[in-house]
Amino acid sequence: MRYARPRSIEDAVGLLAAEEGRASILAGGSDLLVRMKGGFIEPDLIVDIKAIEDLREIRETAEGFRIGAAVPCAIMRETPALKKAWPGVVEAANLIGSKQVQGRCTIAGNLCNASPAADSVPAMVAAGARAMIAGPSGTRTIAVEDLPAGPGRTSLGKGEIVTAILLDKRPPRSGDAYLRFIPRTEMDIAVVSSGVNLTLDEKGVVTSARVALGAAAPTVLLVKEAAGAIVGTRLEEAALQALAENCSAACRPIDDKRGTIAFRKKVAGVMARRAAMIAYDRARVK
Amino acid sequence: MMSGIAVSTTINGDEVEFLCQAEETLLEVLRDRLGMTGAKEGCGTGDCGACSVIVDDRLVCSCLVLGAEAEGRRIDTIEGMADGDKLHPLQQKFIEHAALQCGICTPGFLMAAKDLLAKNPDPTEEEIRFGLAGNLCRCTGYDKIVRAVQDAASVMKGA
Amino acid sequence: MGFDPSFSSRQFKSVGTRPLRPDGIDKVTGRARYGADFNMPGQLVGRVLRSPHAHARIKSIDTSKAEALKGVKAVITAADLPDMTAGDAALHSILENCMARTKAFYDGHAVAAVAAVDARTAREALKLIEVDYEVLPHVTDVDEAMKPDAPLLHENVFTEGVDPRPSKPSNVAKRSQYGHGDVQAGFREADIVIERSYKTEQTHQGYIEPHACVASVNADGTGDLWVCTQGHFVYRDQCARLLGMDISKLRVTSSEIGGGFGGKTHVWAEPVALALSRKAGRPVKLVMSREEVFRASGPTSATSIDVKIGARKDGTITAASATLRYTCGPWYGMWAELGAMTAFACYGLASVQTVGYEVLVNRPKTAAYRAPSAPMAAFAVESAVDELAGKLGMDPVEFRIRNAAREGTRSSYGPVYGPIGIGPTLEAVREHPHMQVPLGKNQGRGMACGFWFNFGGQTCTDINIGVDGTVTLAVGTIDVGGSRASLSLVVAEELGIPYSQVKAVVADTGTLGYNDMTDGSRGTFSSSMAAISAARNAIEIMRHRAAAMWDIPADDVVWEDGQARAKGENHGNLPALSLKEIAAAAPNTGGPIAGHSELVADGAGVSFATHICDVEVDPETGSTRVVRYTVVQDAGKAVHPTYVEGQYQGGAAQGIGWALNEEYIYGKDGRLQNPGFLDYRIPVCSDLPMIGTQILEIPNPNHPYGVRGVGETSIVPPLAAIANAVSNAAGVRMTHIPMSPPRILAALEAEQAG
Repeated sequence: MRYARPRSIEDAVGLLAAEEGRASILAGGSDLLVRMKGGFIEPDLIVDIKAIEDLREIRETAEGFRIGAAVPCAIMRETPALKKAWPGVVEAANLIGSKQVQGRCTIAGNLCNASPAADSVPAMVAAGARAMIAGPSGTRTIAVEDLPAGPGRTSLGKGEIVTAILLDKRPPRSGDAYLRFIPRTEMDIAVVSSGVNLTLDEKGVVTSARVALGAAAPTVLLVKEAAGAIVGTRLEEAALQALAENCSAACRPIDDKRGTIAFRKKVAGVMARRAAMIAYDRARVK
Repeated sequence: MMSGIAVSTTINGDEVEFLCQAEETLLEVLRDRLGMTGAKEGCGTGDCGACSVIVDDRLVCSCLVLGAEAEGRRIDTIEGMADGDKLHPLQQKFIEHAALQCGICTPGFLMAAKDLLAKNPDPTEEEIRFGLAGNLCRCTGYDKIVRAVQDAASVMKGA
Repeated sequence: MGFDPSFSSRQFKSVGTRPLRPDGIDKVTGRARYGADFNMPGQLVGRVLRSPHAHARIKSIDTSKAEALKGVKAVITAADLPDMTAGDAALHSILENCMARTKAFYDGHAVAAVAAVDARTAREALKLIEVDYEVLPHVTDVDEAMKPDAPLLHENVFTEGVDPRPSKPSNVAKRSQYGHGDVQAGFREADIVIERSYKTEQTHQGYIEPHACVASVNADGTGDLWVCTQGHFVYRDQCARLLGMDISKLRVTSSEIGGGFGGKTHVWAEPVALALSRKAGRPVKLVMSREEVFRASGPTSATSIDVKIGARKDGTITAASATLRYTCGPWYGMWAELGAMTAFACYGLASVQTVGYEVLVNRPKTAAYRAPSAPMAAFAVESAVDELAGKLGMDPVEFRIRNAAREGTRSSYGPVYGPIGIGPTLEAVREHPHMQVPLGKNQGRGMACGFWFNFGGQTCTDINIGVDGTVTLAVGTIDVGGSRASLSLVVAEELGIPYSQVKAVVADTGTLGYNDMTDGSRGTFSSSMAAISAARNAIEIMRHRAAAMWDIPADDVVWEDGQARAKGENHGNLPALSLKEIAAAAPNTGGPIAGHSELVADGAGVSFATHICDVEVDPETGSTRVVRYTVVQDAGKAVHPTYVEGQYQGGAAQGIGWALNEEYIYGKDGRLQNPGFLDYRIPVCSDLPMIGTQILEIPNPNHPYGVRGVGETSIVPPLAAIANAVSNAAGVRMTHIPMSPPRILAALEAEQAG
């Protein structure tokens, strides 16, 4: 096994593209090292991207935020402007693992690990986040929901690497939130989760919304009907009920050691409903 | 020809050099190459916190860091927590409050508590509990651990 | 002059205080050495190959490619561990569990092992071992395994304890029965009868330290074993017998132990490490991974329990019965029987009957876990008792007080009780401020009782008095929670000297007589008894030395407050001689001064507890949070109250995890799906509140200080305390442990629908 620590994106792409064996990207390592320990993966080459300066920064521009692929989730939490604009994305990122893990893990890594239960992904999808990708044929930008292709698989080509996550500038009166169901109070993988992002008008009526569900299907679900159920409302009881029902109906979960189909369907609706209410309160304050 | 990655790093303020394989974790390097057995392997997958160390002021699980990543970093382990024979207030309070029974989780907890108080010197009970949620203890039920951290926090604020 | 263990009331000077523990500094600085913290020069890395099948015949194992790999120094299979158990079935099952012989009996069962120069080579070597398995049908569920058409684990197991003996083999190894009176008549007398069935899933002790050892066997038949264990003498004897070594030639040194709770009273991989070392001619370090700990070291039983209790309108229980089916893993163990013994132990009953079935299944070999078998039985009984009290319109605490066992009660498992703590703990709970705290929305309060016996067992201690007057106490019980401090307090008390002058060490097997393991809450109870006996022997010697120094008869010398005093008119003016002075003169008065004790600590008292628990249940998700928790338990005499509190809190926390989230999850293929701390969910710091404790002291009449063992009882009540609290919070009766959110939500939905 070999270890490389390139100092530029071009060098990283070059190493990944040229590797004949299996190459794995190392950012936080909280997925890669676990899979290595379990004997699920034995890379021939580990490419550590943390020496690439460009990937370690959070930049705020007129268009919004650019979060480098090597930025640990804890740094996101410690960036006041980001936390203020996107509290849902930041709280989701800081639910991954534990304090120890949050000091290392990255949302780009969380996205590319493509677990159906990843914590940051439903929040990113609800936020309309986009992923910047660099590869042998140049760069491209896609919606984050187009990156995971199935459990453990991404749509990335050989030699491609996510270099940053983009979050747009917030219109006024916007708020997002992420909630997950876990049996303990920390440390667990989400049994089912929901990210909700919405914008209100001056009267407190929802003008746009995105509702995402995690751990409810092989990849994160963007539930248009659920969003539609709350647009034009002030989240009255009937709207919330419709939101929850649409979410439950959209789920395609499995029975596994963490939860049953019936449980996930029911609780998906509960999580979406509660996340919507938090997002709404956050939007009103702004 | 020798294989292995040469690493230069700083551990508890001392300059340290070692050789390791690409797949070796920092935990394995500390325990098996450097003889520093204070950090423990409870699970090897980041679920128990017994291997916690601080790297460049970040609390991490050393089982989830490669040895090679230590290059140029500053690492703090339990072995460097006391100042010679003078215990850190957290260490003293853990003993006074009986915050340890078998003690295997204690080095990890002390590292986590030290990091917690460095970032939040006046935590509530809830903040302590959530801040230490990455460290498993099977013996104490956490009650006396939380009390020890509360007591240490007030001592450290006063000092 | 024999040792009299009976209780005598006294004013304590050292016992009951809270000094700092002597091993604390090493543990907070990382200097303390646990099982995996030790290394021997030239050591090899040992790794074990494990069956991926729940049940399979091993047709052949080809280790040749592994042996040929560069850096591999030894490969072993069962062929390298010939059967020397001479008909001892229990030892044979230990041997077979360490290394499969003809069949693999569970996912994770060891089938071969290697010793190599490094971890990478050892991993590669395992991949090169070729095992030809014939996969067989498996059974993991306790009730399924009892059915007549269930896959059979052994052809030669015929249920014991059944008359006539069955002619067909089965998976039921033994039936046991306890009780007295006439339950049929008792049920007829009852105004209300509750009959319920309960299930509990398998859990693991969950110690944070995986099993680890370093083994070194020499060509002359001597050997050394460094290991984390609760019983190094037991390990020595078992390993020596399995390897055909003389017991006296194998020295076992116990490391500090990172948790055991019963799971390290049993060898798992140590004979394998010794066999590898013997074959390789070098030391071998063998450390289990967390996954191996779950797959291949002892969990508890999974259980299926039926309970029937009847009572009159006035709240008197007229009859109680239970049938308890417990899993043993692939070989017999005494598990259901302990459940049958403890199930109704809290109550004074005219008629009671319990029947236990030991059931064999394709799961790892069941091992003891803190009050083994009692928590599950208590869950069932205390849930039924709670329901019965509710149906009678009686307060749950009052109902239990009415029916509680007391001194003179014939217990449900046979013996008559001496003075016991169940009544006092119930009364203390009734008065406890916890019961007055107002409850919030979706919250409910529950309480439950628990019982555990304490074991005595073989115990040896040595006291050696240094020439400077400081005292070394060598004990053979492993320190799992601060017993070195407690035992130092006992010796300080008995000798009449300050605690700081006493240092307790855990001796290795070469330097002390045989000690049974640290379990059964016997650590402080038995070792303190032996320490007191050894101290009294040392005092005898010191009285004689003082007499010699004064040249007066020894009968005229008494020992008080750490000094020898000459009594009587003739010698009244002699100044007292302190222990320090007598010790300084020892080289001239007869040599080193020591006190020994080798005894079987008998008369261990029983320990009762009552717990109160408040929970909050989220009605939309079934999520349950413990809001408040109180343990009230009888310690007899708390030698070191802080450590007694720690035992109460630790046991309660384990019980809470067991009640709410912990379980072994098997797939249809019989493979364990959650062998890690991510999905085997023990409580984290944010899951629990502060755990209140109240120590009661009803002296054990069979211990000089009244000490009872305390380490185990506190894991017994939580399962039912939480189930009863959930019932009051959410209005649903949970009969399946753990009460995970999906189970509670399903129960809530069924309740609403029905």
